[in-house]
Amino acid sequence: MALSRLSKPLLYVLLIALCLFFLMPIYVMLVTSLKPLDQVTLSEMWKLPTVLDFSSYSTAFEKLLPNLLNSFYLVIPATVISALLGSLNGYVLSKWKFKGADILFTLILFGMFIPYQSILIPMIQFLRDVGLYNTIPGLVFVHVVYGIPITTLMFRNFYASIPDEMIESAKIDGAGFLRIFRYIILPLSITGFVVVAIWQFTNIWNEFLFAVTITTSEQQPIMVALQNLSGSQIVQWNVQMAGALLAALPTLLVYIFLGKYFVKGLLAGSVKG
Amino acid sequence: MEPSITKQETVVLPAARARKKKKMTADRLLAFSFILPSIVLVAIFVYGFIGWTGYVSLSNWNTLVPDFSFAGLKNYIFLFQDFRFQADLRNTLIFTILFIAVVAIVGQLLAIFLDQKIRGESIFRNIFFFPMALSFVVTGVVWQWLLNPTTGVNLFLKKFGLESMWYTDTNILAGFKVGKIEFGVPVAIIAVVIAAVWQMTGFSLAMYLAGLRAIPEELKEAARMDGASEFTIYRKVIIPLLKPITVSVIIIMAHISLKIFDLIYAMTGPGANFVTDVPGVYMFEATFRGNYYANGAAIAIIMLLSVAIFIVPYLISSRKGES
Repeated sequence: MALSRLSKPLLYVLLIALCLFFLMPIYVMLVTSLKPLDQVTLSEMWKLPTVLDFSSYSTAFEKLLPNLLNSFYLVIPATVISALLGSLNGYVLSKWKFKGADILFTLILFGMFIPYQSILIPMIQFLRDVGLYNTIPGLVFVHVVYGIPITTLMFRNFYASIPDEMIESAKIDGAGFLRIFRYIILPLSITGFVVVAIWQFTNIWNEFLFAVTITTSEQQPIMVALQNLSGSQIVQWNVQMAGALLAALPTLLVYIFLGKYFVKGLLAGSVKG
Repeated sequence: MEPSITKQETVVLPAARARKKKKMTADRLLAFSFILPSIVLVAIFVYGFIGWTGYVSLSNWNTLVPDFSFAGLKNYIFLFQDFRFQADLRNTLIFTILFIAVVAIVGQLLAIFLDQKIRGESIFRNIFFFPMALSFVVTGVVWQWLLNPTTGVNLFLKKFGLESMWYTDTNILAGFKVGKIEFGVPVAIIAVVIAAVWQMTGFSLAMYLAGLRAIPEELKEAARMDGASEFTIYRKVIIPLLKPITVSVIIIMAHISLKIFDLIYAMTGPGANFVTDVPGVYMFEATFRGNYYANGAAIAIIMLLSVAIFIVPYLISSRKGES
């Protein structure tokens, strides 16, 4: 008891110190982005701005707006399609198991761990051949294909919690594959869809390797454009930080409002069964 | 009347059953047809394309124009003798070990701390989790600024007599010569590890917290009854029970770290003397900046094999655990 009385305050001190470490980058991002360029010096990095200057936001917004839009055009269809595919796959692999279904599932799962470098060269050739190279639909296609393993896994685990007896009794009542999906599975899938959609939205929004190799200039999603900002000769750090915040905002908002589901998705994707 | 009803039933039932059975097999086919497109997509775009990359890695395609003539292991031999790739292997190894160790240890400690009925626990949790919602590119951009050799962090550290060059430092700690490179811990890698840890600790924290919540309270209660101190309970009961979580954390973090590209590309690039270069960056630059497709493909295959060492046993064991 004496130990815990003594260690509790110590615990708080430790936790708060760590919190400060975790929040420090956000603080620096915010204060830097609100400074005029002449105040953005390395030695004054930690100081609050003397005047609030939002010009770096308007500069960053102007530069990044087309890419922000590209990202939305990419993320929304890719998320919807891959969630629907995942839900159907998960339904089949959990409630309509066929011979070899489990092995097949493991083979599909492997696809979510591969370094995408190992499929990139053929993928770009393929996209060139079908005329989808350097297009947003091309990126949508890529994210749908490589989203199959994770969305299938999430839905399969999710549907495993729906009792088989429910499906069996629906079958006895004469309901078939599609009717069961439509009237039993889908109404119970709302949480599943929210978790998967948030997960896919965040990952596709943040993705960089496909984005930087499959698209050029005008078609580029936000993360590539953000990276390009720092590629210029003189780095305007205030604009850079404002850009980073703008780029991070959609996923940060999702996290702030739907964080619970975000963490659920993370656990569903990492801990099997 | 009664017998006739039963008679009617016996007449109807087999037909209905037959119909149902027919429907069942038709439904099974329908079910399979719904998953078939995904199977085909994964077969082509995962397995087929890996095979194709493997084929490219054995070719002479190191020019802009494809050249699929067979080169044997030439590209692999080149890589293992290449200063840059040797540096990549060192960097990946050091980065992976440091990154996994810190993420696993800090994640576990934080989970245990947060499990002490802390006030404001959800606030703490949210602060530790939020970097995961960010892109590695954002993290890289911000930490590049934070760890700039002449910035605030360093002005602060200077007061304690520490002067760090962070990711621009080309020194190798505890170095000794292996092959063409100096093997050891590149100082610059530590800067990247800090950024990666900042982003990913929440992941392992979430996993450990889920693991802790799954441990029944009675277990702790029983140990307490036996007079064990809180510290002993954790050391002897809780932490051993978290071992499967640690295995998962190590595997998940290992595959992230072996594939890492965007964080390093955005934060430091290859660095002077390739002190922060990794295979992901080399593959990208070789293939898409230099048109060394066969070399790039060979790097990709080596990356895939290194990930597979961790992932394949993990997948097999989790499949066994399920059935």
